[in-house]
Amino acid sequence: MKTLLEVKNLHATADEKTILHGLNLSICPGETHVIMGPNGAGKSTLANVILGNPSYLKTKGTIKFDGQDITNLQTDEIARKGIFMSFQSPEEIPGISVMNFVKTIKQKVTGKSVYLGDLKKELDKNVKNLNMNSELVSRDLNVGFSGGEKKKNEILQMLELNPKLVILDETDSGLDVDAIKTVSKGIAMYKNASNAVLIITHSTKILKKLNVDYVHVLVNGKIVHTGNGTLAKEIEENGYDKYIKKGK
Amino acid sequence: MNKTKVDDINTAWFDFVDADNFEFKMTAGIDENIVREISKQKNEPQWVLDLRLKALQIYEKLPMPTWGPDLSELNMNEISTYVRPRAKKQTSWDDVPENIKQTFDKLGIPKAEREYLAGVGAQYDSEVVYHSIKDELIKKGVIYTDFDSAIREYPDLVKKYFSKCTPLSEHKFIALHYAVFSGGSFVYVPKGVKLDQPLQSYFRLNSPESGQFEHTLIIVEEGASLHFIEGCSAPKYSKINLHAGCVELFVMDGATLRYSTIENWAKNMMNLNTKKAIVGKDANMIWVSGSFGSHISMLYPMSILSGENARTEYTGISFAGATQNLDTGFKVVHAAPHTKSIVSAKSISKNGGISTYRGLVRIMPNAAHSSCSVSCDGLMLDDISRSDTIPVNDVGTADVQFSHEAKVGKISEKAIFYLMSRGLTREDAVALIVRGFANPISKELPMEYAVEMNRLINLELVGGIG
Repeated sequence: MKTLLEVKNLHATADEKTILHGLNLSICPGETHVIMGPNGAGKSTLANVILGNPSYLKTKGTIKFDGQDITNLQTDEIARKGIFMSFQSPEEIPGISVMNFVKTIKQKVTGKSVYLGDLKKELDKNVKNLNMNSELVSRDLNVGFSGGEKKKNEILQMLELNPKLVILDETDSGLDVDAIKTVSKGIAMYKNASNAVLIITHSTKILKKLNVDYVHVLVNGKIVHTGNGTLAKEIEENGYDKYIKKGK
Repeated sequence: MNKTKVDDINTAWFDFVDADNFEFKMTAGIDENIVREISKQKNEPQWVLDLRLKALQIYEKLPMPTWGPDLSELNMNEISTYVRPRAKKQTSWDDVPENIKQTFDKLGIPKAEREYLAGVGAQYDSEVVYHSIKDELIKKGVIYTDFDSAIREYPDLVKKYFSKCTPLSEHKFIALHYAVFSGGSFVYVPKGVKLDQPLQSYFRLNSPESGQFEHTLIIVEEGASLHFIEGCSAPKYSKINLHAGCVELFVMDGATLRYSTIENWAKNMMNLNTKKAIVGKDANMIWVSGSFGSHISMLYPMSILSGENARTEYTGISFAGATQNLDTGFKVVHAAPHTKSIVSAKSISKNGGISTYRGLVRIMPNAAHSSCSVSCDGLMLDDISRSDTIPVNDVGTADVQFSHEAKVGKISEKAIFYLMSRGLTREDAVALIVRGFANPISKELPMEYAVEMNRLINLELVGGIG
């Protein structure tokens, strides 16, 4: 099968400290991958590096997406090619409403005009599905939103942009049980045979409603073990100890 | 209306240069002969000439201010203080000479007048070329005319108020202003008359190596209300131009005045402007100010809360790019009990631009039960730009609520990354953040001017070095 994302021998540093030490990962359309690992293993770094965050330096290796080398592209170019990242701490941006922001980014990503009337209907529907307060779409982007509202707002943008690959960076952290269920439902709504999901998480709660194809254990900047969906459960019960030894 | 949309960029917008359209241009420099000649050219009464000569003496005695930006590039010997355009004042746009009319057409003035203004004044270099007001307002006793006409037609009113808010000796450039002032607007709103549409005066400085010294005097009588809009612009030349206007505002008991300004000077302009309001009992003075362009600006609008329960608000933004030093701020004097002031100042600096907030809060001993809140916010778009806050607070009574908050910081790279991860280019992401930062000011402006301000912000953002 054609690969959607192909990460090869990726090395990356932040503040002159190497965080990723030769990471390999390949994701095909239709798949759901999970990355788990102890704190500081490089999970969020991987997400940021794939998106070309300039705070990280790629020192070795390549990232291919949809057959193209995206290793050295700017973040916005990567996003327009169809990778979406749901942030652990979404930024608050005053002065633009969620609705106008979604309109702006949708036009930018699709290159087509978006009509507010159509968008409003669509947003109304998705807002309901995500159990969001309908007033949120007319409020400034993430400004004064609760942690849960911010995370749901990320899922809302994901549904609107309909990317080819979604990277969820600890979207479930800090959420209550109901919010996790809702987020999980949003991911299930998005998922189809031609797109893919990469979930970075500490817990299995978000995975319950999803068909997970692969679970990777990331330790010390490398994937040290890959298993199927049942691996998540096992890690939740037994922890990372045996993999940490492997990573050294 | 989506106020945050990115407009098409047209960098040529304000920079068009007309042919020098003057009928008379004063020899450069400043001395008694020049002051007498201006007075003669304007054919004005003796008392005005006397005031000019007195101001000139004060100007010559006062030292250059050294506490702010460096003004050494200003050489008064190279500045022509009076330039009369080849046009007489008209009350119909059709009678304004075509080339000058085109300038104001490009600036959107006649269109704005048709759509939402109650009256318009348009000044070109040193003289007003167009002034009009709706008939229904004339019937209510509202006066809106150019300052020269006001001196001739309403001498008693002018004498009573002129230079009484801003005295000749207040600082060097106000003295210079009174010595060579020309043009500007005069507004009188009688007791209880409330204007529901704004008046607007627009000042265009076209002639190179010259100065503009318009005088605006507004009297809003008891219980009356007015929204006045002031616009300014000039094309760019290689030599220094000077703007030293003066605005005097009298807001009588129970009256409301909203004074909105969008200044967009070329980057060779020295903008040393003075604006002041005296605010009576139960009256309200609202300032909204957008300062764009200029090489150096020193601009500190001031409210004197002289009557019990007087209020003032100031909402301002300035944007300093390469080669610019914008020194702006708000001054307020609480001189009566139960007075209130709210100050919100924002500045943006990029490409080495310097933005300084220089504010004054003076709460007099008699101003018990007053409150004042000041918040300053500086946003720097790179590492080479500067943003400073220099507040002076003089609180003369303990029985007062006073708060001062200042935040200065660089634009957040995290926020830029977040927006870029949604497909926006770096430029779009920065523009979105900057417009969001400016949004509290946009919200205070009428829609058309908010759009205008967003366009100016976009122009500043794409403008490179110089």
